[in-house]
Amino acid sequence: MPEEQQVIDKPESREIIAPGYTFGTVTDQIATVVLTKKTPLFWFGGFGVGLALLFGFLLAVAVLFARGVGIWGLRTPVMWGFAITNFVWWIGIGHAGTLISAILLLLNQAWRNSINRFAEAMTLFAVACAGMFPVLHLGRPWLAYWLFPYPNTMGVQPNFRSPLVWDVFAVSTYATVSLMFWYVGLMPDLATLRDRTNNRAARFIYGIMAMGWRGSARHWSVYETASLLLAGIATPLVLSVHTVVSFDFTIAIVPGWHSTFFPPYFVAGAIYSGFAMVLALAIPLRSVYGLQGLITDRHLDNSAKVMLATGLIVGYAYILEAFSAWYGGNVYEQSIFWNRMTGPYRYFYWSLVFCNIVAPNVLWFKRVRGTPALLFISSMVVLVGMWLERFVIIVSSLAQDFLPSSWSVFQATRWDWLTYFGTIGLFLFLFFLFIRLLPMISIFEVRTLLPQAKIEEEVQG
Amino acid sequence: MSDTKAKLSSGRDYWRSLDDLASTPDFEDLLQREFPRQAVGWSDDENPVEGRRNFLKLMGASMALAGLSACTRQPTEHIMPYVRQPEELIPGRPLFYATATTLGGVANGVLAESHEGRPTKIEGNPEHPATLGACDPFSQASVLQLYDPDRSQALTFQGEIRSWGAFLGVLREILTAQKGNNGAGIRILTETVTSPTMADQLRAIQKQLPGAKWHQWEPAGPHSARAAATQTFGQPVNTYYNLANANVVVSMDSDFLASGAGSLRYARQFASRRRVRDDQPDMNRLYVVEPMPTPTGTKADHRLPLRPGDIEDFAWVLATALGVAQGPKTSDNGDVTKWIDGISKDLLRNKGASLVIAGDHQPPTVHALAHMMNAALGNVGKTVFYTDSIEATPVDQLASLQDLVRDLDSGAVDLLLILGGNPVFTAPVDLGMRDRIQKAKVRVHLSLYDDETSEVCQWHLPETHYLETWGDARAFDGTATIQQPLIQPLYNGRSAYQMLQIFTDSPETSAYDIVKGYWAGQHKGADFEAWWRRAVHDGVVPETALPTKMPAIRGADLSRPAEKRKLEGKREVIFRPDPTIYDGRFANNGWLQELPKPITKLTWDNAAIISPSDAHQLNVENGDLLQLTYGDHSLHAPVFIQPGHVAGAVTLHLGYGRTRAGRAATGLGFNTYLLRTSKALWQDVGLVAEKTSGHYDLASTQNFHSLDARRHIIHKGDIAEYKKDPESVHEGAEAPPRELTIYPEWKYPGYAWGMAIDLNSCTGCGACVVACQAENNIAVVGKDQVRRGRAMHWIRVDSYYSGLENDPAIYNQPLPCMQCEDAPCELVCPVQATNHSSEGLNDMVYNRCVGTRYCSNNCPYKVRRFNFYLYSDYETPSLKLLHNPDVTVRSRGVMEKCTYCVQRINSAKIDSEKQDRKVKDGEIQTACQATCPAEAIVFGDVNDPNSRVSKMKAEKRNYSLLADLNTRPRTTYLATLRNPNPEVE
Repeated sequence: MPEEQQVIDKPESREIIAPGYTFGTVTDQIATVVLTKKTPLFWFGGFGVGLALLFGFLLAVAVLFARGVGIWGLRTPVMWGFAITNFVWWIGIGHAGTLISAILLLLNQAWRNSINRFAEAMTLFAVACAGMFPVLHLGRPWLAYWLFPYPNTMGVQPNFRSPLVWDVFAVSTYATVSLMFWYVGLMPDLATLRDRTNNRAARFIYGIMAMGWRGSARHWSVYETASLLLAGIATPLVLSVHTVVSFDFTIAIVPGWHSTFFPPYFVAGAIYSGFAMVLALAIPLRSVYGLQGLITDRHLDNSAKVMLATGLIVGYAYILEAFSAWYGGNVYEQSIFWNRMTGPYRYFYWSLVFCNIVAPNVLWFKRVRGTPALLFISSMVVLVGMWLERFVIIVSSLAQDFLPSSWSVFQATRWDWLTYFGTIGLFLFLFFLFIRLLPMISIFEVRTLLPQAKIEEEVQG
Repeated sequence: MSDTKAKLSSGRDYWRSLDDLASTPDFEDLLQREFPRQAVGWSDDENPVEGRRNFLKLMGASMALAGLSACTRQPTEHIMPYVRQPEELIPGRPLFYATATTLGGVANGVLAESHEGRPTKIEGNPEHPATLGACDPFSQASVLQLYDPDRSQALTFQGEIRSWGAFLGVLREILTAQKGNNGAGIRILTETVTSPTMADQLRAIQKQLPGAKWHQWEPAGPHSARAAATQTFGQPVNTYYNLANANVVVSMDSDFLASGAGSLRYARQFASRRRVRDDQPDMNRLYVVEPMPTPTGTKADHRLPLRPGDIEDFAWVLATALGVAQGPKTSDNGDVTKWIDGISKDLLRNKGASLVIAGDHQPPTVHALAHMMNAALGNVGKTVFYTDSIEATPVDQLASLQDLVRDLDSGAVDLLLILGGNPVFTAPVDLGMRDRIQKAKVRVHLSLYDDETSEVCQWHLPETHYLETWGDARAFDGTATIQQPLIQPLYNGRSAYQMLQIFTDSPETSAYDIVKGYWAGQHKGADFEAWWRRAVHDGVVPETALPTKMPAIRGADLSRPAEKRKLEGKREVIFRPDPTIYDGRFANNGWLQELPKPITKLTWDNAAIISPSDAHQLNVENGDLLQLTYGDHSLHAPVFIQPGHVAGAVTLHLGYGRTRAGRAATGLGFNTYLLRTSKALWQDVGLVAEKTSGHYDLASTQNFHSLDARRHIIHKGDIAEYKKDPESVHEGAEAPPRELTIYPEWKYPGYAWGMAIDLNSCTGCGACVVACQAENNIAVVGKDQVRRGRAMHWIRVDSYYSGLENDPAIYNQPLPCMQCEDAPCELVCPVQATNHSSEGLNDMVYNRCVGTRYCSNNCPYKVRRFNFYLYSDYETPSLKLLHNPDVTVRSRGVMEKCTYCVQRINSAKIDSEKQDRKVKDGEIQTACQATCPAEAIVFGDVNDPNSRVSKMKAEKRNYSLLADLNTRPRTTYLATLRNPNPEVE
């Protein structure tokens, strides 16, 4: 078995898989990334950055737990700041993975096969990052379990009218289903790794994780059913999770939050940022690992189109939000929007308008969609824009709500930033571990894309 | 010794002083050998052993609580519980003792609440004429001062701890030496003294030692008023007012509603004439001319920002129009000229029911003109009253201080005894007090704090707080109050009475004997004991109010106005005592530092307050540093731009920039005394303000003030229009119908608590904020946290401006929790930590709170406060004694908010249930309500249609804040009305 990474000639392709691959070369190329003994230098670079930021995160959390949420820039009208912004942002990013693995599977979009694995991993890690914030932001994080309904001597249950309790269920369900879906999809590939590795320890661990997968027809049949079922369960979650997250805001009476169109707006925004993250990960990965033959320009093009479509929905939502504020004639709603556009948060607001509405329009151009570097830049712009969007919605609405006497301006502290970048570090840390230890592209699913697979099916059929 | 050690290692939670531990003969014996001079020279007849034993007797069977007794010994002299006279002390039930706080020497009668021997809260004394049950922020915060860990705790000689015996030895030597020359080398410097006992002591000293001199210096005292009285009447009469009888009031820079002697009473009387109801359709009218907006200015029906120089001009023109002076008929300030006609007609229409008040800080001429106008209007005896001075010896205090300086320079001072005060910090800068004082050979400073003056005195003596000692003082009308201690001195201090007694008598006399001895001499009847008990118990010594008199005006003295001084490109400098830390004496008091100053809402700092137009001219923004130069003195101070401040003047509040004041105060703000010379104690032309490059961060609790009319936050109107159509005040505001909610109506079978706040009465003084802080154990967070928007006050006073930037109308709005029927906070808490009670309160369960802060986000009134850090002080031993035992001390990470003082509600309910009756209306007073001088806040049961609160809510002026949100607040407001004079504009 080859120790060195396989490079396939002429990898550029408009197809969803470059011509010239065989079952063997697909398996070789993907498995080698994991099984090679030579860890590439850039991996250490990326992992190192993640680890450094992760240590920053641990420091920030240690200080947070020791002293309290006062280390952040929170103040009396703005009781939610970076933590909830980051929570919504990370949850949103997670959505692309589930959308790709579940909805596109149900819709029979074969191109998803080469990106669904790492997109799902991205989902899991994003949800892991997101899931920490609701706990970190608590005044007394050691009592976070009180948000769960569990039998207790106090005889007290959570308040089921509170959207935060709905969040607990939505996010934990989402995390569970995503993990199961991801893991079930991993099993055939884990078996492949088990069979291919020369390392006894790795074989043992992969073997345990593969749960006895032997690739029998019965296994495949069960697998297909399970995978479809999980896709069916996961599909509504794509819509429901961010809908519930948006309820945190719409249920409240805060002007700028209290709005019925938040659920679709949030879901579109989630997919928008999620696909931006997929592109932001896929483009560097495929170039450093030479995977252009598997993650082709076609994939980038498709993802960019999804981004453009959801970006337009988000843009429409902004316009509608401003219109309904004006047309609704509600004085609080109107002044929130006026203050967003002209008040202390105007730079954030106009930056997000640029990032989320103006900038993505370059994706109309085929040449931009065909140039990975430009796509990478625009996906980063969208990620920044979506973070700003959550920040502006949360913070600017709270800062200037009903009574002007209480208005004041949120100012982030270094701990806010360190906590935020720290979770990016955690994400990178987990993601780099993932690409080193597990196949980042689904081997068996990519193999079904090969022409050889289709011929066999036809022969069988 | 071993006993003592055993005691230390076992049971006792705290011991404060050696006295405390000395309750064993063993230890006393050790003390004798170790500190023989102290033991011999100052044997204490307040034997702590006896005190402790007596206390334990009182505790009776409650032996379980015996451990507590160690830290809360009651003095052995008999002090009288006020409100309830229990058969014995019941643990858990507070007792109230009448005493008095003083400010500038003038007494405010208060009731101090004592929990098992710890004073925890100050309330007004309803029987005292100055307070009538209300209380000002200074009195409220005085309990914190008592427990201030930074108070001076030891007698020191040049920084080294000494015993009282050592000091007394030195003092005796000096006194013996001075006997020979009649005490010619002795100088005593006090603040203003109104205490009859102390006056008697000082007289006795002067009799025995005729050469000794007594000087007085009260930095923020009514120097001009005193001078004007002498000038106008030939005697330093005391003036006070009755606002209840005044239909028309003209205030010439007098903040009579919120500062100065008698202000609590004036606020009460003034509010009684603003409470427009069906049965009282009219209200009084207030004209205010002032440079810097004050609480009084916010109540004005007509307010004109004037520079101090123009106020004198105004007084002349007004007096001329009223025919009492021969000054100019017009002013070069067009606004004044426009006003005068209307005001003078208004005053003349209300002869005998009008009032012209001159501010304490106005020059004597203005006061003299006010006296003459009041006399001409026939107000004397109706709205203005004169009595002999309430001060023991009214003197020109500046001259008195200058006299002392001359003696210091000539080297004539052998012993300088400074009783209270901080003259090194507060004396006019040109007197160079810091260097001059050191010319006295022996310098002794008795003071609550080891401060700037202690620094230059060899001897520093810890003074007792007023809650630790006996004493007496006179109120604005002369009424004397006997101050009784509630706790033994925490830090082995002595009172000024005891110090003075050393000069004439033996030093062993306790303050109790001194004060009681004086009054025994005064009392004519036979039954002194009963009379004394009664006087102490009531907090008012009967028949001590000074008789009113009608002094004749020596009007001829008042010549025509001096040539008015032109600005000539410079500005006018205005010095005023700080609204919260006064002359600097409360600088180390966290409650007062954190209390947002009325109008500006600044905390923890002073600033150079200027008008928006001056700010524009100087091209500065809030916090930019100005270089202020006045004469030879200069100072850097940050700008604060105050709409409504007069152009061409800079207001500087005194008291900040302390260099030696304790942990909280040292280094805060800017020492404006450095510009204050004896030539201009209050104001003068000739200040040069220049922008410098620096910036300083000010901590204001309110940054946005503009009143967006569409939000209908303040309902307001003119009285004339209101009479025609009462609904006009609510114009445009709408409340959704009651049934417009998907949740079922709450049922309140028992009580339903509610509150109504009359915005027409509220002056925005901030007393409610401090009262709430004291009652509810609200933590102090510090300047940095206030800047980060984390002040913890449960009730706040919002100020809103409407109209022109340079002359806006200012509205105050106290804002406690609204206790909504459909409370947005209750809905969103994920752990049910905030719930609706069966009596309509939004209860906050601290134990259950995990700190998601969602409730605060969803509160449209933003009354919820979050413990971002561990703000409560669990460590400092003395501050543990301060806490109200009925209220939880909140920990880090939990939300808190106004509870309508639920502990008071429950206490009254328990009382009523024991007696099988309902809680009576007025039986429960929330802390904010009890302290409000204007009685603007009324609390009660809204289920009872006859309760005061129900009646107030039935008024046509009643409205809900943000009613359009359908939160249906339990706290409602009564619209504010103005009564403008159509002739003025």
